[in-house]
Amino acid sequence: MAEISQDSGSHKKGKKKRSKKLTTRIDLTPMVDLAFLLLTFFMLATSLIKPQTMEITMPSDKKVLDEDKTVAKASQAISIILAKDDKVYYYFGKTEGAKVLTTNYAPDGLRKILLTKNFDVAKQVEDLKAEKIRTRMKEDDYQKRLSQIRANKNAPVVRIMASDDSNYKNLVDALDEMNICSISRYAIVDYDQPDKQLISSLTP
Amino acid sequence: MPKAKIKRKSTWVDMTAMCDVAFLLLTFFMLTSNFTRKEPVLVSTPSSVSEIKIPETNIMTILVDKTGKVYFGIDGQEKRKQLIGKMAYLYKVNLTPEEIKKYTLLELVGNPMQAMKAYLRLPADVRDLPQNNLGVPADSTNNEFKEWVKSAREVNPDLRIAIKADEKTPYPVIKKVMKSLQQLNEDRYNLITKLEGAPGKE
Repeated sequence: MAEISQDSGSHKKGKKKRSKKLTTRIDLTPMVDLAFLLLTFFMLATSLIKPQTMEITMPSDKKVLDEDKTVAKASQAISIILAKDDKVYYYFGKTEGAKVLTTNYAPDGLRKILLTKNFDVAKQVEDLKAEKIRTRMKEDDYQKRLSQIRANKNAPVVRIMASDDSNYKNLVDALDEMNICSISRYAIVDYDQPDKQLISSLTP
Repeated sequence: MPKAKIKRKSTWVDMTAMCDVAFLLLTFFMLTSNFTRKEPVLVSTPSSVSEIKIPETNIMTILVDKTGKVYFGIDGQEKRKQLIGKMAYLYKVNLTPEEIKKYTLLELVGNPMQAMKAYLRLPADVRDLPQNNLGVPADSTNNEFKEWVKSAREVNPDLRIAIKADEKTPYPVIKKVMKSLQQLNEDRYNLITKLEGAPGKE
């Protein structure tokens, strides 16, 4: 309760009242508690890692996909069929009379095959990356040169066909391999009749 | 011999420094992070080496869970309000203003329009149960998913499409989604993945 002190008369004459020096120290413990509470909340409620994305461009319905196929020489074509149980079938060239081989998603599986096929481009990209680090190349220049390398006409063209038994991870893995192996021309194609027949003849 | 008297020390610790640190960290977390978006199902995305980050705004998220249910959502409450209005009109579903308000607060919704009213009336704690989320139909006979994408595109032309699917999602479901997008001439989209270490090259 506030009180009005009326003892002004009680002052001794000549003696000045000394104001008591207040300590400026404040107990900060509750404030620290609060700060840590909020900190904990923010740490738990937020996500620091932003998800990564893969950008893909699908051929639209209007464009004819055959246009792509006809441009590609049979010697450049690689067909990959994603089958169940993380199996990958692949063959080179035309579907008719193709020799189907089996592999998997391990680094020495699909990646090795694609890298040997795409050796020139992959090597150039690798060299460019090294050069970029060495000479501190500008990002624009790097991208320009990268797209130049990737536009190589002799690079393989990959058709990715996912069977109904495969799952989403298989698809993403396959697309990822395209990225790793610097293959610029690839398409996700329907798993249709001639290929289906080819595979089913392989596995009864 | 007189016993040595132990001098009593003060237990007072100066908290100022600790307070400084705590607030510094707090400020850092508040500024750098964005809130985890609540999703109706837990999805574990496959990993990739891609390092492109997803933009934060103008995103149309298509979530596909393990069982093949499709969820759909866009960002921005105002945009969502317009979207649900369009969809309700299209499928002749009468939604009250409260139900529309509820929809705008939801990040992702996976229900056919016929079940939407009942879904929005559910209390928040049972809303995420699997039996209450039927998934947006994306079959060729009843392709509500296509209408969602089309309407969302009309509401916000700048939308980018992000597909977030579980690793174990069977491919036919993904194919259905991709086919629907293809029919709408939406041929550029992003697949959300988590980061994997750069591949070890020999």
